[in-house]
Amino acid sequence: MQNIRPIDERECARVFNDAAATGTALDIRGSGTKINVGRPVTAEAFVSTRSMRGITLYEPNEMVMTARAGTLLWEVEEQVAAKRQMLAFEPIDYGALTGADPRETTVGSVFATNASGARRILYGAARDHLLGLRGINGRGEIFKAGGRVMKNVTGVDLCRGLSGSWGTLALISEVTFKVLPVPAQTCTLLLLGLQDEFAIETLCAAMMTPYEVSGAVHLQRGMVARLAHEGLRQQGDAITAIRLENFPKSISYRKERLKDALKIYGEVHELEHDNSLLFWNELRRLTPLQRGTAPLWRISTKPTAGPALVKAISSYMACHAFYDWSGGLIWLEVPETSDAGAADIRRAVAQHGGHATLVRAAPQVRAAVDVFQPLASGLEMISRRLKSAFDPAGILNPGRMYAGF
Amino acid sequence: MSVVLPEPDLSIVSRRDAIVADLRKLVGPGVIISDEDGRRAFETDALTAYRRMPLAVALPGSTEEVSRLMRYCHQNRIKVVARGAGTSLSGGALPAEDALVIGVSRMNQVLDLDFPNRTAVLQVGITNLNISEAVKADRFFYAPDPSSQLACTLAGNIGMNSGGAHCLRYGVTTNNMLGVKMVLMDGQVIEIGGKHMDAEAYDLLGLVVGSEGQFGIVTEATVRILPMAEGARPMLMGFDSNEAAGQCVAAIIGAGIIPVAIEYMDKPAIHVCEAFAKAGYPMDVEALLIIEVEGSEEEIVDLLGLITKLAQPFNPRTLKVSNSPEESAAIWKGRKSAFGAIGRIADYLCMDGTIPLGKLGEVLVKIGQICDSHGLKVANIFHAGDGNLHPLILYNANDPVQAEAAEQAGNEILELCVAVGGCLTGEHGVGIEKRDLMRVQYEPADLVQQMRVKTVFDPRWLLNPAKVFPLDGREPAFEAVQEAAE
Repeated sequence: MQNIRPIDERECARVFNDAAATGTALDIRGSGTKINVGRPVTAEAFVSTRSMRGITLYEPNEMVMTARAGTLLWEVEEQVAAKRQMLAFEPIDYGALTGADPRETTVGSVFATNASGARRILYGAARDHLLGLRGINGRGEIFKAGGRVMKNVTGVDLCRGLSGSWGTLALISEVTFKVLPVPAQTCTLLLLGLQDEFAIETLCAAMMTPYEVSGAVHLQRGMVARLAHEGLRQQGDAITAIRLENFPKSISYRKERLKDALKIYGEVHELEHDNSLLFWNELRRLTPLQRGTAPLWRISTKPTAGPALVKAISSYMACHAFYDWSGGLIWLEVPETSDAGAADIRRAVAQHGGHATLVRAAPQVRAAVDVFQPLASGLEMISRRLKSAFDPAGILNPGRMYAGF
Repeated sequence: MSVVLPEPDLSIVSRRDAIVADLRKLVGPGVIISDEDGRRAFETDALTAYRRMPLAVALPGSTEEVSRLMRYCHQNRIKVVARGAGTSLSGGALPAEDALVIGVSRMNQVLDLDFPNRTAVLQVGITNLNISEAVKADRFFYAPDPSSQLACTLAGNIGMNSGGAHCLRYGVTTNNMLGVKMVLMDGQVIEIGGKHMDAEAYDLLGLVVGSEGQFGIVTEATVRILPMAEGARPMLMGFDSNEAAGQCVAAIIGAGIIPVAIEYMDKPAIHVCEAFAKAGYPMDVEALLIIEVEGSEEEIVDLLGLITKLAQPFNPRTLKVSNSPEESAAIWKGRKSAFGAIGRIADYLCMDGTIPLGKLGEVLVKIGQICDSHGLKVANIFHAGDGNLHPLILYNANDPVQAEAAEQAGNEILELCVAVGGCLTGEHGVGIEKRDLMRVQYEPADLVQQMRVKTVFDPRWLLNPAKVFPLDGREPAFEAVQEAAE
């Protein structure tokens, strides 16, 4: 397959223009770390953003950075960390789930896949931090959306429209995003051995307090056994964890209040700053999900529905769950079957509400089942038209999200 | 005023009686308003310089009624203007003589409150403030808080992606929305999102929020509600110069502190607001910051202490922490009623550009010069934390020369905002007011791409006509995607 690495937007536009004229399908990617996530694309060439790189603007006092899409995520994070700032949505290592090297992840791909981690529940998703972008659509037209300022409602919000579009609408060539201060201190409260229902109730109770919980996860025992953190792994029980991040005075006050509020759910342990950082960093890297090739689903539901949904699925198949977002995001590992459990999982999700995406499975499985949640008819019509509005010839990552467009 | 509105379609206007008779058959009694006095109440919004009598007005009571009205209009190619409370400052709800106004104000019920999942499902005619009121007893609130929150509806907030004083910390409408039920122009009802977050699919919700009534009519919404902080307290800081105030804001943010609000007023604004609200604002300073922090008593004291220390290098002339809930309320009353207070002394045009914070000093000087050059006074009030400016250009609406000058000055200010790296509108929307300035901010390709997305939702371009996109140059997007859509 031909490997095209445009050095700038104009070159990329020419490539797209030619491809549109000849109806040539293109595989749009950064470094390709997430190429085994989603539906497989059959393309004649791939176009990578990797030669469009570099941070072009960083104003710490304005909490804003602009980077070309092919800039590596770790380079961005290193720069902002030097000013004690961060990407507050805590981008996850999506690609690592399929064995890719997360050091290769580009910043553009983070927004193109809306990859948000545990802190999403307090700070919002990747899409909420995207202020502006530049891109090239399937006609080979260069366009911009949004800008570099914090508040901007000028015209149609194409930034949101392109977040999470997996390269199917346009190649994002540059992103401008918000960066926020790194909290001075982190502390984690842990409850051990809770059943799922009880654990999610605990997390929701914590989210209902005014203490600005910035992480609320529950790992079943099977997931705990895969943690790299020795102490946590060796204790062996399910872990329910709640993170606080703030100024030291607030942390010492809030953790006591929260402990008090949660003690009815079980003994509350504490993980201090350094160990907290290790633990949450591991979750961000999705360490417990990285091993093996078992099919992996990402299910989004309302938090309180999570345990019942997992229970329903577990009546069909053996599964291991890692709940994030206070129960609203479920990473579910299931046994290898011809459809990776899709039929049963979709039925359970339809009953309990939410969305399910098959993140990891063998290519033939991902080609055969709906990887993304099937759309209701009205939404499918709009999604198809949206694709046409950006890419009428259907050359950009065709079939990556949905079969047929 | 100088924004051109298209001539009404006489083939529609001449059939008004027949259309009204048809519409009445589709909905319950009292929904359709067609008499002249009744329609006149809807002839403008908060951009009162523009007025147009609507063809008719409908105030439906259900999604089903909205759907039937829209389907009829789609089939008969009648334009539709969606309306919440009509508080748009950009003319977003301005009617047209050949368009049906569909107002959602009667659909104002709370449908579901779910505290463990931190969500509320609402009919969108509910006012912004009533969402927070509905969850207050459980110590929750709805975060976006536009100054018009007493009157403005969730519908309008979704249409304009409204912000408010506290969005520095909590985000604007789009960051607090989880789902909508929306009626498309052809009457089809779609549901996007729900109580869950970030479903992997195209972010249609993100496109709909802020689409200014161009994509459909939202009738119900699922929003994020948040637990209230234990306490909140504002402090006032007065400075000898705008530059010092601006630098102080940068220093606070640079130190890693993000207060829930940092509001700014210049001298003319301080004087008018103090006369109105008796908030205890200092009268002898050039610039005033209202900085609010949240938390427990100890946390508030700690944070305000840190902020005070950070402010020292900029020689604040006054530093005053609110001592009581009454004082806090007065401080916020002054700020939130600022537009009304200024309206007591003059007519004004309220600008809404956003700029990079580092350009604040420079931009304020130039705004003063622009207004001077047109012989007009200006008062500046804005959200300093996020650079969203609200210069109020004072003029006499009964003087056509002044009115023209004010509009011209406003345009120059917005051009300045774009030139320094900012945008035309931070939270009020484009509407008709900034429609013809869109090319200042966007290249043709940018606008065409936006218009193609509009066509996805409304292939016949019947929704909220003559707004947002310059009237000339609409055709390529329209035809291109229509082909694809058919």
